[in-house]
Amino acid sequence: MLMTLAEKVLAKNAGLEYVRPEQIVEAVIDTVMLHDIGTPGIIPPLAQLGYDKISENIKCVIIPDHFVPAPTVQAAENLRITKQFAEKMGCIYYGVGRGGVSHQVMLENGHVLPGQIVVAPDSHATSYGALGALGTGFGVTDVAIALGTGRLWFTVPPTIKLILNGRLRDNVGAMDVIIHLLQVFGETKLIYKSLEITGEIIGSMSVSERICIANLAYELGVKFCLIIPDKATSNYLASIGAPKTQFILPDDGAQYEEIIEMDLSDLEPMVAFPHHPTCGRPAIEAVGTKIDQAFIGSCANGRIEDLRIAACVLKGKKVHSMVRMIVSPASQAIYQTALDEGLIDTFIKAGACVTNPGCGACLGGHMGLIADEEICISTSNRNYRGRMGSTKGEVYLASPTTVATSAVTGVITLPNAYRRELR
Amino acid sequence: MIRGKVRKFHENVDTDAIYPARYLVYFEPEEVVKHVMEDLDPDFARRIKPGDVIVAGENFGCGSAREQAAMTLKYAQIGAVVANSICRTFYRNAINNALPVLALPGISEQFSEGDDLGYNFENGLLINYTTGREWRTEPLTGLILDIFKVGGAIAYYGKGTNT
Repeated sequence: MLMTLAEKVLAKNAGLEYVRPEQIVEAVIDTVMLHDIGTPGIIPPLAQLGYDKISENIKCVIIPDHFVPAPTVQAAENLRITKQFAEKMGCIYYGVGRGGVSHQVMLENGHVLPGQIVVAPDSHATSYGALGALGTGFGVTDVAIALGTGRLWFTVPPTIKLILNGRLRDNVGAMDVIIHLLQVFGETKLIYKSLEITGEIIGSMSVSERICIANLAYELGVKFCLIIPDKATSNYLASIGAPKTQFILPDDGAQYEEIIEMDLSDLEPMVAFPHHPTCGRPAIEAVGTKIDQAFIGSCANGRIEDLRIAACVLKGKKVHSMVRMIVSPASQAIYQTALDEGLIDTFIKAGACVTNPGCGACLGGHMGLIADEEICISTSNRNYRGRMGSTKGEVYLASPTTVATSAVTGVITLPNAYRRELR
Repeated sequence: MIRGKVRKFHENVDTDAIYPARYLVYFEPEEVVKHVMEDLDPDFARRIKPGDVIVAGENFGCGSAREQAAMTLKYAQIGAVVANSICRTFYRNAINNALPVLALPGISEQFSEGDDLGYNFENGLLINYTTGREWRTEPLTGLILDIFKVGGAIAYYGKGTNT
């Protein structure tokens, strides 16, 4: 029985020879990630389920990132509960100042490996698919069940294979690709599917770019977004000192619900217009829109490659005097590298506000909310009404190069070609 | 049979609209229920009656996996959510909280605000009593029905010590 990547991993973790779409299976969970919302959230259901410790077979990694450092007493209370839980349960713990945005910290520290099932009470766990792992989000009840029993039920999703051909233009990157895919597929075509992405364009992308794609793919409604592991994957894993593993690959001749091929050689820089990530249009249609805030960061686009691109645009320039630019490196490790490379110096000289790593601005929690009538251009993954603050504000999503270019001019502006090696 | 008045919503009702991120720090039912649909319809909590059913367009519950989105509707005693399509994480959270959810293409156009809706998830019968139309949908079966029957995933998976 020939299987897709999602089917093979689900079969392996369910202890079955093969599985087929729509079958319900109980699969072993390799790793659970919890943050400062998820941890206080799973404690009551875990107790109600009757578990006072977590399954011995499961690795649990706790990374506070939503409200760090605590902006309110309530958030401080949640951080205290989170730390106490980590200590009591013997979890791997990245406290404030040690980690950063959870998904990034998971990936850069080898807590996600190809062929694993890694779950979190956070929808953007699809990011783990960038390394060929089955990552997906659940509510706190499901995550508590996973922690208590070491297993979760899954409906085996049908798989759609997407082949991205061509060569991207020089001012087009991963964020433009995924905004385009969101516009093409809309928010319902891929609900509940496993999306396998392959082709020349993905093949030429760094793991950083693949994370951006797998991250925003959640907005397509997918259960998993899997990039088939390849040389770039093994190089990345070697660079972070992860153990060598035999990659699980989809079988040739596996049954796909649909195979879709597209050539993206002509793709232009894209922006997602307010108020949904699927409202993508060529950036040229937004050119001239006055902005109040430019945000670079989040699990979508806060990696060192993104900061290098932004710094390359900002080097020797000033952010427009009426724009506040907020840069949140996605992790402490990225922050350190950015300091070492002089990128933070570039941001500060340009007049940008550099914050600690965290989810603050992206989720409208703290560190960069927008007011009524304000417009933000952001590298993050959601632009729902009210997502980044006021429900009367507007958010446009765009690539790091488009955001940095627009920060300088004060209006949405098309980016110039950027140096390919920076990606 | 679930029976209640229809509360209509548009497509892409996201979890920030159902339960805004600024309240993510809360999990207590009495606090979570206060903010139901707050950013979309600030009067929603006062307007609804127990058993009312949400009918919406495509992709209901898109966005964050936050379980408070399903919890707040359950705590507000919403009888069911019926939509053209439903986001995966919301769908699963709703099942785990024993909040009936039904995805049926094109169904939103068949109901108006205030219509009288009936739904039986064990036989799949959906009725608009106001217009007299009926739909035979896939009944819930297997594991999902079992979870519903015991009142949610906690009861289903619990060891029974604290539940």
